[in-house]
This record gives sequence, C-alpha cells and structure tokens, in this order.
Amino acid sequence: MTALEAGLLGQTLLLVVAIAAALLTPTSWRSRVSGFFCTLLAVAGVVTGAIALSGGTGSLSIPTALPMDPLVLSPDRLGGLVMVVVSVVGVLASLFGIGSARVASASRTSWLSMAVFLSGMQLVPAATDVVSFLLFLEIMTLGSTALLLAHHATRGTVASALVWYSAMSQLSFFFVLAGFAMLAGLAGGTGFADLATIDPFTWQASVAFLLLLLGFGGKAELVPLHVWVPRVLPEAPGHVAAAMSGAMVNIGVYGALLVVVRLLPNGPAWWGVLIMVLGGVSALYGILQASVASNLKVLLAYSTTENMGLVFLGLGASVLLRADNAAAAADAALVAALLLMLSHSAFKSTLFLGAGAVARAAGEMNLDRLGGLGSRMPWTAAAFGGAAMGAAALPVTSGFVAEWMLLQALIHGSRVDGEVVSVAASVAMPLAVAVIALTAGLALLTFVKAYGIAFLARPRSRKAALADEVPVIMRIPLVVGALLVVGLGLLPGPLAVAIGSAVGPAFTPDVRTIGLAGLDARGIDAVLDPTTFIVLAGLLLAPVLITLFISARRHPTRTSPLPWAGGGSRLRPRMQYTATSYAEPLVRVFDDVLRPTRDVEVTHVGESRYLVERVHVEQTVSDVVETRLYRPVLNLMQRFGILARRAQNGSIHRYLSYSFVALLSVLIVVSL
Amino acid sequence: MTGAAAIIIALVQLVLFVFLAPLLIGVIRQVRALLEGRAGSGIWQPWRDVRKLLAKNPVRAADSSWMLAAGPVTLLVSSLLLCALLPLVGTLPLPLIPSDLFVIVSIMLVGVVALALVGLDAGTAFGGMGSSRHMTVAALVEPTLLLAVYALSIPAGTSTLSLIVETRLLNPAVIISPVSLLAMVALAIAIMAETSRLPVDNPSTHLEVTMLHEAMVLEASGRDLVWLELGSWLKLAALLGLLSNLIVPWGIMTDFSVLGVIVGVGAVTVKILLLGVVLSVGEVFLAKARLFRVPELLAGSFALGLLAVTASYLVA
Repeated sequence: MTALEAGLLGQTLLLVVAIAAALLTPTSWRSRVSGFFCTLLAVAGVVTGAIALSGGTGSLSIPTALPMDPLVLSPDRLGGLVMVVVSVVGVLASLFGIGSARVASASRTSWLSMAVFLSGMQLVPAATDVVSFLLFLEIMTLGSTALLLAHHATRGTVASALVWYSAMSQLSFFFVLAGFAMLAGLAGGTGFADLATIDPFTWQASVAFLLLLLGFGGKAELVPLHVWVPRVLPEAPGHVAAAMSGAMVNIGVYGALLVVVRLLPNGPAWWGVLIMVLGGVSALYGILQASVASNLKVLLAYSTTENMGLVFLGLGASVLLRADNAAAAADAALVAALLLMLSHSAFKSTLFLGAGAVARAAGEMNLDRLGGLGSRMPWTAAAFGGAAMGAAALPVTSGFVAEWMLLQALIHGSRVDGEVVSVAASVAMPLAVAVIALTAGLALLTFVKAYGIAFLARPRSRKAALADEVPVIMRIPLVVGALLVVGLGLLPGPLAVAIGSAVGPAFTPDVRTIGLAGLDARGIDAVLDPTTFIVLAGLLLAPVLITLFISARRHPTRTSPLPWAGGGSRLRPRMQYTATSYAEPLVRVFDDVLRPTRDVEVTHVGESRYLVERVHVEQTVSDVVETRLYRPVLNLMQRFGILARRAQNGSIHRYLSYSFVALLSVLIVVSL
Repeated sequence: MTGAAAIIIALVQLVLFVFLAPLLIGVIRQVRALLEGRAGSGIWQPWRDVRKLLAKNPVRAADSSWMLAAGPVTLLVSSLLLCALLPLVGTLPLPLIPSDLFVIVSIMLVGVVALALVGLDAGTAFGGMGSSRHMTVAALVEPTLLLAVYALSIPAGTSTLSLIVETRLLNPAVIISPVSLLAMVALAIAIMAETSRLPVDNPSTHLEVTMLHEAMVLEASGRDLVWLELGSWLKLAALLGLLSNLIVPWGIMTDFSVLGVIVGVGAVTVKILLLGVVLSVGEVFLAKARLFRVPELLAGSFALGLLAVTASYLVA
C-alpha cells in the first residue's frame, strides 16, 4: 500500500467515524467531538492531497454492485492541489464550528452533513472517471443542502433560499451530467483517460464544452447561475458559509480545469473568448453588487462571484492564448488563475469566519447597524482586516500576487516577439485588463467599506456597542486564515512552482523562485519579490517612526471627545456615514446596471411644512439577472402550474376517466 | 554593481523628493496666488507648515482607533516607496523589485486605502463623505490609469516603467506618435484625479459639497496631519515627475555617473517645477466639476486609453 492509498483509506474511515460521532454523542459534547473528527477528516485530506501534489501515486478502488467498472480514486497532482486547498478550508471551518455551532448548527443532521460535505469535496478531485466524479459531486451538493436544511426552523427565509439552492445546484449538475454524457458517448468510455483522446475541434466536443462550462460555472457561482449565492450564504452559519464559499466553489474551478487542461486541452480560440466573457461579466457584476450591499454576508457572497469570475477570466485567457500559439503567456495565465483560486480560498474563508464571529458577537449582519467593533473584538478585526486586504488585492497579500500575475500574463499575451498574435487577442487582452482594473478598484471600495464601517468609527446600534470578542477556539482559525492570506503572498515563488508542476505534464509554465521566495515568471519576463518590498518599506518606515517618536516625546497626544466633528456639536453615532451612504455615489454612477429603487418619505411637523419631523429613506438594489432572466421563467412555470391545477380537482370520476384515456392511448400506440 | 548604483539613485530620489514636494506645493500655490492678484504666502510656506505641525500636540477623537495614527504613516510610506521606485532621477531598476507598473499602482492604492480608512475612523459624517467619494473616484480611475500606461508599455514590450522611459529616450519618435499622445492625455487626466487636483477635487476648498481629500483629513491634527499632507504632496510630486519624464525623457540618467546624478537631479527638479507651474496656471481657468460629472470625465479618459492600446496593436 502506498502513502496515497493509505491517505485515501484514512479519509474514508474518518468519514465513517465522523458520521458515527455525529450520531452517537450527546448534545452537550457533540460539537466538540464531531468538530474534532471533522477537523481530523480535513487534516487527512490535507495530507493525502499533499502526497498527491508531491507526485505520490496509488489508487483506491471501490467495488459497486452495479454492472460497471469499480469506482477508482487516484488523485493526480492537480487533484492533489485542489484537495489540499479545500481541506485546509475544511480544517479552518471545522475548528471554527467547534466554538460557533449552537442549537440548529450543533444538531446531529448538521454535523453529519458537515462530514459528508467535507469528504465529498475532498474526493471529487480524486475521481478518475466520470461516474465517480459525478457521484462525489452529488454527495458534496447533497451534504451542503442538508447542512443548510438543518437551519430551516430558525428563520423563515431559509426554506426559500434552500429551494433556490437545490434548483440551481441540480441545474448545474444536469449540465455537467449532460456534458460528460456527450463526451463519454464520443469516447466510448467513462474514464478520464478515454475522454482525453477526444478531438476538441468537433462540434460534439464544443457542445459538451458549452454544457460543462455552464455546469461548472454554476458550481463556481458565475453569472447567470449565481442567483442562489446572495440568498443562501447569508442564511448559512459562518463556518458553513466559509466552507461553501471558500472551498466548494473550487470544485467548480477544478471541473473547468479538468475540461480545459486534462480532457480537451488546446481547444479552439472561441472557447477561450467565451470563458473570458463569462468570467469578465461575472467579475464586474459580482463586485458591483458587492460594493452596494449592506449585509456583510451578501457582500462577501457577491464578492465570491467576482473572484471566481477573475479565475475564469484567467482560464479563458489561457485557452485563447494557447490557441494563438502564445504558450508562455497562456501558461502564466493558467498559473495566475490557480493562484487566484488559492488566495480566494484563504481570504474568503477567513472573511466568512470573521462575519460569523461578528454575527455571534453582535447578532447583526447589517453593516448600517455595526461599527466600532475594532476596539471590542481586536482579534477578529485584525484577522478580518488582513483577509480584506487580500480580497482588495493590496500588496503584499496573496490576492495581490495572483492579480499581478494575471495582469502580467494579459499584457504580455497579445504579442510574441513583437508580432500581434491575433485580432481577438489584441481586443480581448486590453478589455480584460480594464475589467480587472475596474474590478480591483471596486473591490477596494467594497472592502474599505466592509472593514471601515464595521470595525472603525462608533457603534451604530446597541448590539454593536455591547459586542464581545469570540472564544479562543474561534480565534485560532481566524488568525491562521489571516496568516495564510499574508503568508501565501510572501511566498509566490514556491507556490507558482508547485502550481506549475500540478498543471503538468501537458502544460509547463516557466516559473521559478527568485531571491528569498520571489516569483520569476521567465516566460513573460516578469519578476516580483514581496520580501524585498517588505524590507524596503521597513527601511522607509524607520526614519518616519524615528521622527514620530521624537515628536511624540515632546508633544504627546491629547484625546478629546469632539475634536472638530464637522463644526457641529452633535455627537450622535447615527450621524455617521453608513454602508448605504458610503456606496451611494457608486449606485448613482452605475444606476443603469443596478437599477435601485428609492423611496423617500418625509413627515412634516404639523404647524409648518418647512419643518421636518422625520425622513424615511428606503433603497433596494435588485439583482437584474434575477428579475430579468429568472422571474419571467418562474412566472411562466407558475402560470403552467395554475393551469395544471385545474386538471386536478380531486374528483374521483375525473381521475378514473384520465386512467381510461391513458389506457386507451397506450393500447392504440401498442397496436400501431 | 548596478544594484549598488540603483540603491544610490533610489536614495537620491528619496532625499530630493522629500525636499522638493513641499516646495512644489509652495510654487503651485504661489503661482496661483499671483495669478489671482494675491500676495501669496511664499514658496516655503508648506515647509513652515510641516515644522509647525510637528511641534503640536495631535488631538484625537475619543472614539478613534489606532487607524488614525497608523493610516497617515502608511500613506507616507507608500508615497516614499513611489519616490524610491519610479524612474525620476535615473532609470536603474532596483534588484528584484523593478518599477513594475502594476506594483506601482498597487502601492499607490495602499495609500488611497489608508487615507480612506482614516476618513472613516473618527466617525463623523464629513470623514465618511470624503472617504466614500474618494474611493468612488479611485475605483473609477484605476482602469484608466492601467490602460494608459499599458498603451505606453507596448512599444517598449515591458511593463517596467524605467524601461518604458528609456525606450522613449532612445527612440523619441515614439513620444509624438498618435498612440502615445492619446495615452498621455488619458494618463494626465487619471493623475489629476488620483492626486485630488482640479477638476476632480479642489485642493483649496473647505466647502462641504466640494470636498474630497480635505474632508478626510479634517479630524487629523499635529503630526497625523503632517504625514497625510506630506504623503499626498510626495505622491503628486512623484507622479508629476513620472509624467514629465514620459513626455520629456531627456536629462534622466541611464548609466551611473556622478555627473549623471547631478544632471538628473537638476533635470527632474526643473521639469517638476515647470509642470507644477503649468498645472497651477491651468487650474486657475478650471472650475471643479460636479462630483457626478467626474465619472464622465474618467470614462472619456478611459476611452482614450482603450483606443490607444487597441490602436497600437492593430494599426502599428
């Protein structure tokens, strides 16, 4: 038995143990015991993934009673990488869950489905054939659905969110199933090795590609299949949302990678353009919605759509450039896409855990009623701040490194040796750069808003003023997550080298480590060494700090309750800017896309209409995709449902006549 | 050897710009005062302000956090990094950290974010308003800024700014090519917005409806205010220096020599001060645009940048 086989076996056994723990332990101990075994399960995933990533081989076959080949689990390097990422998020989420799970999220169902969900995610990248891939994909989806279902009793909105989630996740599953079925039909086998022999330049391959892109795009929360995200994630507790948004979306990315790297590499250029359009639209739409959202979890949920959009943008650029024979830039774009995925997992899981901590401490997710949490929850604030920097792609976090690599790949992509590679590339690349730049700018605003409104300034409600720091067991995953965000940013070289080996042997990105842990992308002639930056910034900081200390010794700080306050004397925290007012200029600038509805109601004082008693302002920003694309379809189905109800009036005579007609028609058809 | 030379150049640039930035602001204000028929306070006034503010006790709001202290320092360090990395006196890139376009923009954004958070920290309506407007403008400027420099980077085939400047120095025909002119206009507009100058922001206003930058620094005082002001001035000086070196690259040092350093220092000083005078004269004739007209201006500049990039691929 090889190490990899032992790891896979360990994962399976731990799943059984975790399920048993969830079922058998009493309520008072359940979170601790189940959380512990879920953590162990995730650690096993990290170990197995790391073995696969470092080149370990081996396979675990699960015999089935069905008349088909046994399910074979054998992750390759790429699968190993994805397994490591989702498992690390799993570790953080499980640890956090130990402290945060209460009532519904500490139920048997909840912990059981958590274990199933985690192991489903870990085993999808290990699949080597279509059937086991689909099986684990569905196990993962069902696990997450049941996980959410455990909360349906706490809030009324959970049920409707869950209907959306089930419908959308099964829709993407259908697309994936149809796409794989098409490929399997073409190849005459269900193993990925068989599928890889298909010529991507046939129309059947293109149809399968479209179906798979839609399916995996849905799993990765891309527009237009993202509608469930802003409904479901706010309803999920912090650790579940972290696992879904930080890890589950990676399975969508892995699926897309499987298609364009393993099964149908070197596809036509228009595939690349299509993926880029899908990614670009998702990135812009996601971040626009995130920037105007006032609910912290909705904001984070939309930001996931944005980041996955960027990942797909990189993936699409890589396909397009490869078709145009700009291999070096194509490989760099591929590495950038994976770096983005990695960094997104790190910061998004930390941010959702942070949101979970805030929800627990303040019982409030509406940014308009938060504020001043920084002084009351210093650990959470620091971790959230670090992760928010990653999400805003500020140096020197992992988000920055990933976005830098993507931009470098794009601007070096359109020309090889001074020659323009294609018209498509020379239009697509500048547009992609612009999209990324606008996305990055808006992401900056979004996360300044999220951090600044929630953690700085004064509390905007009583609950926020009374918030307390979360217990240590919840702080640990928060801090570890934030350290990962910064740490991965400091080690871009080794990371890119690992990714480069993971996407091989078909693709061989020319990246290596330079300096301490810097990244040298020789293929596109770009160098980045974050450590040197830190050193330089430190050197520049030194004289400033010396001046500061000299000045501070002679002239100490004074604190005043009201230094200037805009010239006024009113101290009320309600007069601060809120998240809604912060995003107001943006809503105006982009009102064509966001279509806000604003309702201002002024109540005048009885004696004079020049005096205002109170003003009530309400603003809602709708999801255009939902109102324009899904509503009409849903309305149509509803109308159909009403019609169908007329046929079913409960009368026994009518049903008997239906059966009679049915029997008659069957007989007629048979006799023909 | 080139490493050591690059470090010396970076040091020279730092010292020069810390000295020059307040002077540039003084010149801009003085020219404006003279054109408006006022006596003005002299070109050394910003320096006197720095000395005065450093010798005062900062007053902080009771509800403010460490951000009010750390934010200004962060802004200053990000501006200092710009001065060290941009090709201002010489084009020798520092080892391992070339003046890469995207890195430079990100460093600038660190300053932008620090300032925005300082604005939010005191918890007043003014600070929040300034911060919100500032971030909106910053978000819209970024695409323009990146596309403009992207267009300039195409002839050089690299995104390293010092190499771009060097290419323009060796091949001056590039400078007056239509693509380059389009990109320069786009870049100039983006830099005006980025450094809070007219017509995007009025640096000398204290009317609430017109404030962006000033609204955020209202609550800062003493040395907090010095760091914020100095950081903003340094950023303006460094970006004007970059702009002038892109338009008129002559005088910049490409190979290390003592004479080269002296010429480089002189050249960049003259260029920046001249550009400052031009800026000041231009601002006299400009009114601040309404906040919601700014996106239109930036969209126009974005269109220029995009035109420049695609044209340089498809036409050239």
